[in-house]
Amino acid sequence: MKITRRNILKTTVAASVTLAMPHLWLPKSGEAWGATLKKGEPIKVGLLFSLTGSLAVPEEDSTLVMQYAIDEINKAGGVAGVPIEPVIVDAKSDFSVYSEKAKELILRDKVIAIFGCYTSASRKAILPTVMQRDHLLYYPTCYEGAECTQNTICTGPLANQHSQDLIPFMVQQFGKRVFFVGSNYVWPKESNKNAKVWLEKAGGELLGEEYIPLGSSEFGPVLNKIRDANPDFIFSTVVGASDIAFHKQFKQEGFKVDKMPIASLTTGEIETRAMGAEFGAGHFLSAPYFQSLDTPTNHKFVESFLKSKYGKNGTTHYNMEETYTSAYVFKAGFEKAAAAVGFENVTPRIIRDHSGGVRVEDDISPEGLVWIDEDNFNTWLKPKIGQCQADGTFKIVKAAEKHVAPNPYSIYPDAGVCTKDGLKAPDGKIRKNVI
Amino acid sequence: MDLGSLLNALILGVSIASIWLIAALGLTIIYGTAGVINMAHGELIMLGAYSSYMLQFYLGLPYLLCLPASFVIVGLVLERCLIRYLYNRPLDTLLATYGVSLVLMQGVRLLFGSDPKYLAVPEIFQSNVMLGSVSISVFRVVVLLVTTLLVLALWLLFYKTRFGVQVRAVMQNKEMAASFGINSGRIYMMTFALGAGLAGVAGALFGVLAIVLPTMGASYVVQAFLMVVVGGGSLAGSVVASGATGELQSVFAFFTNDTLARFIIFVLIVVFLRFRPQGLFAQAGARR
Repeated sequence: MKITRRNILKTTVAASVTLAMPHLWLPKSGEAWGATLKKGEPIKVGLLFSLTGSLAVPEEDSTLVMQYAIDEINKAGGVAGVPIEPVIVDAKSDFSVYSEKAKELILRDKVIAIFGCYTSASRKAILPTVMQRDHLLYYPTCYEGAECTQNTICTGPLANQHSQDLIPFMVQQFGKRVFFVGSNYVWPKESNKNAKVWLEKAGGELLGEEYIPLGSSEFGPVLNKIRDANPDFIFSTVVGASDIAFHKQFKQEGFKVDKMPIASLTTGEIETRAMGAEFGAGHFLSAPYFQSLDTPTNHKFVESFLKSKYGKNGTTHYNMEETYTSAYVFKAGFEKAAAAVGFENVTPRIIRDHSGGVRVEDDISPEGLVWIDEDNFNTWLKPKIGQCQADGTFKIVKAAEKHVAPNPYSIYPDAGVCTKDGLKAPDGKIRKNVI
Repeated sequence: MDLGSLLNALILGVSIASIWLIAALGLTIIYGTAGVINMAHGELIMLGAYSSYMLQFYLGLPYLLCLPASFVIVGLVLERCLIRYLYNRPLDTLLATYGVSLVLMQGVRLLFGSDPKYLAVPEIFQSNVMLGSVSISVFRVVVLLVTTLLVLALWLLFYKTRFGVQVRAVMQNKEMAASFGINSGRIYMMTFALGAGLAGVAGALFGVLAIVLPTMGASYVVQAFLMVVVGGGSLAGSVVASGATGELQSVFAFFTNDTLARFIIFVLIVVFLRFRPQGLFAQAGARR
């Protein structure tokens, strides 16, 4: 065939039509995305976190700890006797990349589940894709709730678990006058709505509520207002780099931690290390996990993780632990599903349906026993309150006695109850995939 | 909301202004002299913070020595190795410096990892002074002092030295200056090194106030560009623009909240630029 413009055009058109063919065979929206498992081949899972950009600080740790967990599971014989193979992608802290990569993981790499996201914005960016393909997302961090999809399993604390103990504890220890500071996006605002409910129950008084643009590092005006209001403590939902700036400027502006501590939902080991222990010391954090938890399982986890090639950042914290636990939630759910329907018939949806009630016992879970709720597929866990010490580690000052039930609609009783099949409104109607 | 709080807000405004100005100083000089829109300015700020961190971490230098050292390191090393090849291609510089910014960000990430670094400062910097009901943070005063000193030094450099005369000559007419024997390439080189060095100092200061991260530059560079545009690309313009917006930001935030204050300032700036697109004090002949 002579090389002419027409021939090149013809070949290109033919080639692109052929390449586009798989799209013709794709199942329609809502249909199960068929099994991709074959005997003798590893189980592929997607790791969808940001390795570059502004979210890399927490999400790189998530990728590392996930790889560590997969190595550990594979060494111990894998899942249902088959090793897991991670497909690692970089979402570049860009929400459009998240959704693009989620599609790639499902359609091209044919993973059986995706572990990913840190911010609510990235979760909301990929959820439509995950739901459309009836796929499965493990979301391993704290979040605000008010979602009821049939395709997610969350291993972090919900807003109701996070502040239920923290607010009464702070009110009792320091006084009832409180000032809320948060980053300006959905998670802090929803968390603060929850916190207000607990504050009212504890007899507290809200003096002010300020939000700072995400990523902003100027806290002068907010600290001025706090100085004016003179609260007994500050409740903070400031995240990331801003959080570090907030704690630093708190001390630099002459605030004293023993007179007005900050009670935070996010300032963990990674943050106190980055800000310097002298800026973190004395402040409080509510989380289900602390590196300093004194249990044999946690000692083993911290020691062997930090020694492994994945422990290069030198710390473990709640977000990493929730990610680590999610790998074992996956293992347990998968094995239950495989036992019920046979290995080759396992699909993301079948894993999800078998994950309700799955337990990660305290000889595996560094935070202690946790289990997955049978209705809303969030996690039953024990929130703990830690106080940062002079060396940057946390001393646990209070731990919940019983496991706290996850309730994604705790402050929206009118919305209904999240069940396995969808959001059940008070009038009995069920709506699927509410985000 | 009494007089004391308002006074607090006004003083904070000066501090915010000095932070914005020090982020914008280097950018102003590079833009004002060579007309180069330096997209890598934020990353130069980031490099300044990292070079102070390195000097502290590897050589154990005290913080106050790291400040001038970061100036030298960032300014000279980077200019010599990279930027000097980009002069005299005005349109390309925008893209090229953007590329440089990506390379710098990734390079630092590969070298140091993406976890934040910690800059240690003397204990005295982490405290505050109370004057009646007015609270003044010591470190913010340090930033203010450094900024004032730099502005003074730059003014002396540009208006009282032979080098300054040459810079202004090149700014007004490159060809004419060249025919008088002024090496414009050398002037560009030196002003870029100076601008980059100023970014280095900014980085060393911001690392203490906030965070040292490969991505930290992005949060300052927009504000810095804004100051340069409003100021019209001149030193005096940037000083006045930072002063005014810093105060407005602080006072608006005092009466409303931080987010709304930013919004109001952006609206004011858009309205201002609608009626005075050349900025506050436009440089005569800076356009070419």
